[in-house]
Amino acid sequence: MSIDKRVNTAADAIADVRDGAVVLISGFGGAGFPNELIRALRDRAPKDMTLVVNSATHRYSLTHELLEAGLVRKMICTTARGRGKEPTAFERLWMAGKIELECIPQGTFTERIRAGGAGIPAFYTPVGLGTEIAQGKEMRRIKDRDYILEYALSGDLALIRADTADHYGNLSFRYAQMNFGPVMATAATLVVAEVRAVLDEPIPHDRVGLSGVYVDRVVEASK
Amino acid sequence: MSPQPLNRLQIAWRAANDITDGMLVNLGLGMPVAVADYVRPEMDVFIQSENGVIGVGPAAPPDQVDSDLVDAGSRRVTLRPGGSFVDSSWSFAMIRGGHIDVAILGAFEVASNGDLANWDMRLPNKGPLIGGAMDLAACARSVWVLMEHVTRQGAPRLLNRCTLPLTALHCVTRVYTDLAVIDVTADGMLVREMIDGLSAQDLRDRTEAPLNFAPDCRTLTAPAIALPDEPR
Repeated sequence: MSIDKRVNTAADAIADVRDGAVVLISGFGGAGFPNELIRALRDRAPKDMTLVVNSATHRYSLTHELLEAGLVRKMICTTARGRGKEPTAFERLWMAGKIELECIPQGTFTERIRAGGAGIPAFYTPVGLGTEIAQGKEMRRIKDRDYILEYALSGDLALIRADTADHYGNLSFRYAQMNFGPVMATAATLVVAEVRAVLDEPIPHDRVGLSGVYVDRVVEASK
Repeated sequence: MSPQPLNRLQIAWRAANDITDGMLVNLGLGMPVAVADYVRPEMDVFIQSENGVIGVGPAAPPDQVDSDLVDAGSRRVTLRPGGSFVDSSWSFAMIRGGHIDVAILGAFEVASNGDLANWDMRLPNKGPLIGGAMDLAACARSVWVLMEHVTRQGAPRLLNRCTLPLTALHCVTRVYTDLAVIDVTADGMLVREMIDGLSAQDLRDRTEAPLNFAPDCRTLTAPAIALPDEPR
């Protein structure tokens, strides 16, 4: 076979990431965090990264390890608030002025990434109209409603989590694990998937949740 | 007897009474999540969660917890019959495309023109949290708000103009508080129900926005529901 996207370790899978990379990371509500890849990225330690991740601070994600290691210059997310009284790793850096924050509506976040992966440079949306989100953005009236212009978002690397993979890079997902994984996989130059199991046989055609066309490397999680 | 305000679960119960068979509903964090517990089980109501769960069921019992079966609030949940999963892109096409019948959200402030502020209290030491609130408020067909009528300090939260950062303009259609059920209309706020023992002037004293009262304004009642941290 000529296509084989299997990689032995998380470290190998992200070995060529460079300083300044824009990194998209999946995961939402506790499901779909590629935590072994995140830890491998921390160990690889590229500097000045921009993270594109739904929550800057989710308690089930290891994103905080990248923040605590001082590797992140900018955060693009939809929530940056921790649940507890004590500030999170992100909130401490943000309050100290040591990290840039772009906090945006979740549908705009998803759609900007979708646009980035679908060859759409920008789009109009009513979401955020009349709020801080609209400040400084181009507006346009279409029929009887006002819209704001939002630009596509894409990255150098996407780290996503799925249930199974085959050597073609096809992925299957469990329950709510999918969330941002498929859309992020369309919008990054290098896409690495961490999975529970890499299968010996191809995933049955009608069970493929994301085509291997969008996935460059797959690595089996150690646990 | 002094008026008895509804507790948080009773407010959720009252909102659930207005959900009708076949609705697709999104429930915000906090008080709205409890609405699911009071939807009559014989109805086919689908609860959509922003992370792509359509048909969220009750919280998972301890022996059925699955870390991949969660809602947007990270609760381990179950799935009702007919439920399904989509990715975030489809989930927000559902929200932004106007497919959600009603979004039930918490709020800090609502203005008489339906403006909503529910994402940033400008607290020191806390980052912002937008999540799906702006998408839901701007694009759901109806937006119902569940909130305490006044702040802990007694200040009104139904205002002429919101003072906190806005979530969306002219979006709230109905407000359920511990004191009243209020429609937000083109002519301002219209009180539909009010708890027993409260006068129209009492309610106006707790509300900055001008209030109109429906000719058929009824008594707001709810069954006794104990809060989990209260002794029964």
